[in-house]
Amino acid sequence: MFLEQMINGITLGSIYAIVALGYTLVFGVLDIINMAHGEIFMFGAFVGMLIVSKTGAPLPVAFLGAIAVTAAMGLLLERFALRPLRGRPGASHLASLISTIGVSILLENVAHKIFGAGNHIFETTFADIGFRVGPVTIYLVQVVILLISLLLMAGLALWLGRTRSGKALRATAENLETAGLLGVDTNRMITATVVIASAMGGIAGVLVGMAFNYINNQIGLSMGLKGLAIIIFGGMGSVYGAMAGGLILGLSETFVVAYGSSGYRDAIAFIAIIVILLIKPQGLFGQAPAEARR
Amino acid sequence: MKRNGRVFAIVACALFAFVFMGAEKAKKAAKPKGEPIRAKIGVISIITGAGAGYGEAITNGIKLARDEVNAKGDVLIDLKIEDSSGKQEQALAAAQKLINSEKVVAIIGPTLSNEMMVAGPEANASGVPIMGTSTTAKGITQIGKFVFRNSLPESQAIPASIGKAVKKYNIRKVALLYGNDDVFTKSGFDTMKEVAEKLKLKILAIEEFQKGQADYKAQLTKIASLKPDAVFCSALYNEGGVILAQARKMGLKVPFVGGNGFNSPKVIEIAKGAAEGLIVATPWFADKNDPKVKAFVAKYEKAYGKKPDQFAAQAYDAFYIMTNALKAAGTADRAKLRDALAATRNFHGVLGKFSFDAERDVVMTPNVLIVKGGKFTIFN
Repeated sequence: MFLEQMINGITLGSIYAIVALGYTLVFGVLDIINMAHGEIFMFGAFVGMLIVSKTGAPLPVAFLGAIAVTAAMGLLLERFALRPLRGRPGASHLASLISTIGVSILLENVAHKIFGAGNHIFETTFADIGFRVGPVTIYLVQVVILLISLLLMAGLALWLGRTRSGKALRATAENLETAGLLGVDTNRMITATVVIASAMGGIAGVLVGMAFNYINNQIGLSMGLKGLAIIIFGGMGSVYGAMAGGLILGLSETFVVAYGSSGYRDAIAFIAIIVILLIKPQGLFGQAPAEARR
Repeated sequence: MKRNGRVFAIVACALFAFVFMGAEKAKKAAKPKGEPIRAKIGVISIITGAGAGYGEAITNGIKLARDEVNAKGDVLIDLKIEDSSGKQEQALAAAQKLINSEKVVAIIGPTLSNEMMVAGPEANASGVPIMGTSTTAKGITQIGKFVFRNSLPESQAIPASIGKAVKKYNIRKVALLYGNDDVFTKSGFDTMKEVAEKLKLKILAIEEFQKGQADYKAQLTKIASLKPDAVFCSALYNEGGVILAQARKMGLKVPFVGGNGFNSPKVIEIAKGAAEGLIVATPWFADKNDPKVKAFVAKYEKAYGKKPDQFAAQAYDAFYIMTNALKAAGTADRAKLRDALAATRNFHGVLGKFSFDAERDVVMTPNVLIVKGGKFTIFN
C-alpha cells in the first residue's frame, strides 16, 4: 500500500505544483494576485473534456485547444481586469485582487450556466494505459503528469533565469517605471506573463481531467486555494518552491489519509504549512525580504 | 377544455340519473352512500425558490390524486395550495393561514423537515392533522399526536439494503466511507455504522471525504488494501458516482451499499459501467412490476410529460391516505380525521404496503435495488 499511496501523492502533488507554477509567475513574480487563475484552470479542463468527448480528437489536440482558450482568457483578463488598474494614481495594489475575484466569480457562474453543476466524465483511452511494477499498477497518465510538471518547472526556471525576456520580466517585477525607462515594454511583458500562466493553468486542467476522470465547475476554487497556499509555503516567486511545495502538500495529504484519519486530511496538511512558515517565514525557497521589492 | 368536457359529462350523467331514476330508488341509493364528504385540504410546498423542483413534483402528485378522487365522487376535495419557498417563517405563516382563515380539515406538507419543525407544532396546537410527504429527519412525528408522515426515513431504508446485501454476499468485514460536511450523508453514515455494529460486522476502516472532492484515490487505496467484503458508502450521487468509478478502476470490485443520496439514475450517468453492483434501498421504484405503479406512472407521464419521482409518488400516496381516512371518519372533522388517520393500516399505494405505527411514523418495506445492466433492478 505504501508504494501505491506514494504514487497517488506524487500525482496529486504534481498537479498542485503545475497550478502553483501558474500562480507563482503572476502572484510571485509580478506581485499581482490573480484570483481568477483557478477558474481559468477549470475552463482548461472543460475545454479539454469537450474536445476529447465530443469530437473524439486525440489528446494533443485537447491540450492545444485548452491552451488556446485559456491563453485567450489570460489575454482578456490582463486587458480588462488588470491593465485599467495598473499605474493609476491612487489605485491600491489590492484593486487588482478585487477585480480578479470578480472575474473568478463571473467565470465560475458562466461555467455553471454552460456546463451545469454536476460532475462531467473525462474519458480517454489514454487514461487506461497502465503497467504493473510488482504489486502496484502505475498509469501512464501519472508518469506524464509528473514529467510535464518537471518540464514546466525547468522551462520556467530557464526562462526567468537565463533569457533576455526572463530578465526583462524580472526587471518589470522589480520596478515598473525603471524597467520602462530602460526600454522594456512593460505592458507587453506583463501581458505575456499572464497569458503564459493562464496557458499553464489550461494544461493543468486537462491533466486533472485525465488523472481523476471527472471535472466540475468547483474544481477551480479548491485547486486555486491550494495553489495559493503552496506558493506562499514554497516561497514567493520561486519556481522550485512551487514544485517542492506542491509535492509536499500532495504527499502529506495522501499519507494523512493512508496512515491517519481522512477527516483531518486538509487540517493536517495546512498545519504542516503553518509550522514550516513559523520556522521559515519567507517560505521554503524564498530569499529576498519583501522590502527590497517595493 | 378536456376537463370542462369531463365535468359536462358528469353533470349530464347526473341529470339523466335524476330524470330516469324514481324518487324511491334515489332514496335507497342515498342511504348507504350518503352525501359526498366535502373537505378543504391545505398543501404547503415549495413553489418558488431553490427547492421549487420538489414542490412541483409534490403538488403534481397531489393534484393527480385529487382529480382521481373527485372523479369518483364520494369525497370531494378542495385543495388550497400555499407556497413556503423553503423558508421556516413562510411555512409557519402558510400553516396559520390554512388553519385559521381557510379552515382546512388537514394539511399535507411542508416539504422540508425544518419547515415541519415550525408548521408541525402550530397545526398540532390547533388540532389539525398535518402529514409530511418528504420530511425524513428524526423526531418529526414526535412533535405531537396530530403530526404524521409517509416519507420513509433513511434510518429505515439503510438497514433494509444492508440486511439483504449481507445475507446475499455473506458479508463479514466492511469499510465505511462518507461525506463529513453534509448533514444528510453524515446521518446516513451514523445509521450504517449502527446497523453494521448490530449485525456484528467487522468495521475495517471509516474514511471521510468532502463535497466536490475530485480525488478519492488515497481513501480508496487504503480501503482496497484492507480487503473488505463490501463498502458502505454514504454519499450524494455527484460524489458517489465518481467514487464508484475510481474504486472500480483501481480494482476494488466488492459490492457497494449506498444511502438514499445514491438513489438516482444520475449515478449511472456519471459512473457508467462502474455503477454495476451498487445496492440502494428506496421507497419508490418507478419500474416496479405492479399494476398500481404502472397506472400511476402512465397517468403522471401523460399529465406532466415526465416520469414521477419519489416526491411525486409520496405526495400521491399521502393524498389517498388522507382521503381514505376521511371516508373512514365519515365527516370532515379534524379530530375524527386524526383518529382515522392514526388507524391507517396496510394501505396499498404506489409505494407498496403502508401503515402508521403507534407514533404515527412510517411502517413499510422499502424496495432494495441493485444496478444491473446499466439500470436499477429489484435485488433479491
